[in-house]
Amino acid sequence: MDIWGAISQLFTDYTLRNVALGALALGAVSGIVSVYAVLRRQSLMGDVMSHAALPGIVIAFLITGARAPLPLFIGALVAGLIGLGLMHVITTQTRVKVDSAQGVVLAAFFGFGLALLSWALRQNNAQHAGINHFLFGQAAATVEGDVILIASVGAAALAVVTLFWKEFKLVSFDPGYARTQGMRVGLMDALMTALLIVVVTVGLQTVGVVLMSAMVVAPGAAARQWTNRFGPMMLLASAFGALAGLIGALISSSKAGLPTGPVIVLAASVIVLLSLLFAPERGLVWDRLRRRRMDKRFHEDAALEALAVMASHHGSAGHAHSLAAVEAYAGPGARRALRALEGRGLAQRSGSGRWALTAEGEAAARPLIERGRVMEVDGVPLDVRAQGVQA
Amino acid sequence: MISRNDARQLPVLVEDLTVAYRDTPVLWDVDLAVSEGSLMAVVGPNGAGKSTLIKTIIGLMRPSAGRILIYGEPYARQRKLVAYVPQRSSVDWDFPTNVLDLVTMGRYGALGWGKRPGARERDQALAALEQVGMEQFASRQISQLSGGQQQRAFLARALVQDAQVYLMDEPFQGVDATTERAIVRVLQDLKRAGRTVLVVHHDLETVPAYFGHVLLLNVRAVASGPVNEVFTQANLRSTYGRRLDLLTEPVQAMEPGAH
Repeated sequence: MDIWGAISQLFTDYTLRNVALGALALGAVSGIVSVYAVLRRQSLMGDVMSHAALPGIVIAFLITGARAPLPLFIGALVAGLIGLGLMHVITTQTRVKVDSAQGVVLAAFFGFGLALLSWALRQNNAQHAGINHFLFGQAAATVEGDVILIASVGAAALAVVTLFWKEFKLVSFDPGYARTQGMRVGLMDALMTALLIVVVTVGLQTVGVVLMSAMVVAPGAAARQWTNRFGPMMLLASAFGALAGLIGALISSSKAGLPTGPVIVLAASVIVLLSLLFAPERGLVWDRLRRRRMDKRFHEDAALEALAVMASHHGSAGHAHSLAAVEAYAGPGARRALRALEGRGLAQRSGSGRWALTAEGEAAARPLIERGRVMEVDGVPLDVRAQGVQA
Repeated sequence: MISRNDARQLPVLVEDLTVAYRDTPVLWDVDLAVSEGSLMAVVGPNGAGKSTLIKTIIGLMRPSAGRILIYGEPYARQRKLVAYVPQRSSVDWDFPTNVLDLVTMGRYGALGWGKRPGARERDQALAALEQVGMEQFASRQISQLSGGQQQRAFLARALVQDAQVYLMDEPFQGVDATTERAIVRVLQDLKRAGRTVLVVHHDLETVPAYFGHVLLLNVRAVASGPVNEVFTQANLRSTYGRRLDLLTEPVQAMEPGAH
């Protein structure tokens, strides 16, 4: 089945529709919480929560003996909360810093989870239930119960974010000031963290514990590139997340053997990459182009000024100088700059390869010289290079 | 100890305040009574606890001992009477919002749960921006502001609260001349309106020109009161110790009979 086949089957195939809907909804919700994670510099929090959830999932499975969405969700949630509590104890009771505490909790819980998992897999039942898919996610196993769970979590998240819109925004931006506005900063903090944990947990089945954290960072990071406003950033992040989820689910369903989590996260990463490169204003590509244009302009102005200043030493505007003389004044970019000036009709090259201003060039250089006057003392330019040319 | 009734007249009353980071006291046994309508500079060397004092008054830091009253009541009950201008380095200016939105945040506390700011809040924010000379920057992205403009935006956010007491943490830190003039103008406006202002300040030279009152602080409160009474070389020497040698010249102007 190719991807177009998958799309056409979206409307007819019940299983595939569940898969696509689940991944889409999950991406959309992840996008919402990713905005807070990115702006509050808590990007690693999702990483800790998802890895810490693994032992909870395995234990819940061992107890219930089945892969029902709700018990596994609760197991993951409890394990995540224990991890969070442990982190809190470490950072408040010891002098260990937050990032170290995150590293320790993540590794300890994930290691324990992996050990439990490999033990559980030796029981034949676990192999059957596909509990190992929680590592990398398996959207193909999404059933209606999963979709309902994701959608409910999404609706709840949306309600909380709408209700506490300005509180969440101000607490994210300036928590100290938020407190002076009478906001319960601790409570808002806890709510935002709770949202993050719940969303991470609900996505484990689809994306897997290893990569779910990317879903609560990537959409927000990409969206920030395209907009400077908070509301649009959230809408965009949600859309990016949904898009990544849908693409990932479709691709991984169409090609057997491709696990869903990595494909979804790859799709999200491509969105981030494109955003980093091509977003207007913030995009690296435009930034480079802008800088190059400014550099070019600067070099051309410098070469123009050099020709005018040197000509004035000889009392005739058309006096030509060698490239070396212009370089001594305007720097090593002069050769290219002179060619560009020639193209603009401001400079011309004589037969002997010496450069001089055209009449247009003389007019164009005048404001530059005027500006440069500020740098002169008693009519002598302060620029050392210019004096070197004179000598 | 000041009586409850007298305390009710005082915008800020600090008694026996001690604040400590782990075991080191940052403020030790500080007393301070700020009278209504005064413009007070809080000066002292680095690490003197100036910012800590402000942050403790508004409950961002917990005192180990002592009490703070705003018009005779704890801050928690008088929150709406107090506006705070944090140091501008305390936030990430790349946050996706514009100047008008930032200033509107000063109305969030008055708005209450679930309510969105509307036209009224917008007008208040624009008026505050005009007061600091920033009306033309209303739709500017906050990441594109200069340091001085950031400071004025923070000031406008506090002004929009229409408070009785203003607490400002280093508003003059590294700002341009335009901004310095704008802040001084706002301070005068506030004084004229009978508001009380406490400003953490580091430029001793401008203290007599900008402020009527001063608190000299170095972990302990060395002296506080009207500038012409307490801003003396002797008090400055006990506040700054040997470090004052660099600063003696401007300060001599305040010594009686120095000229």
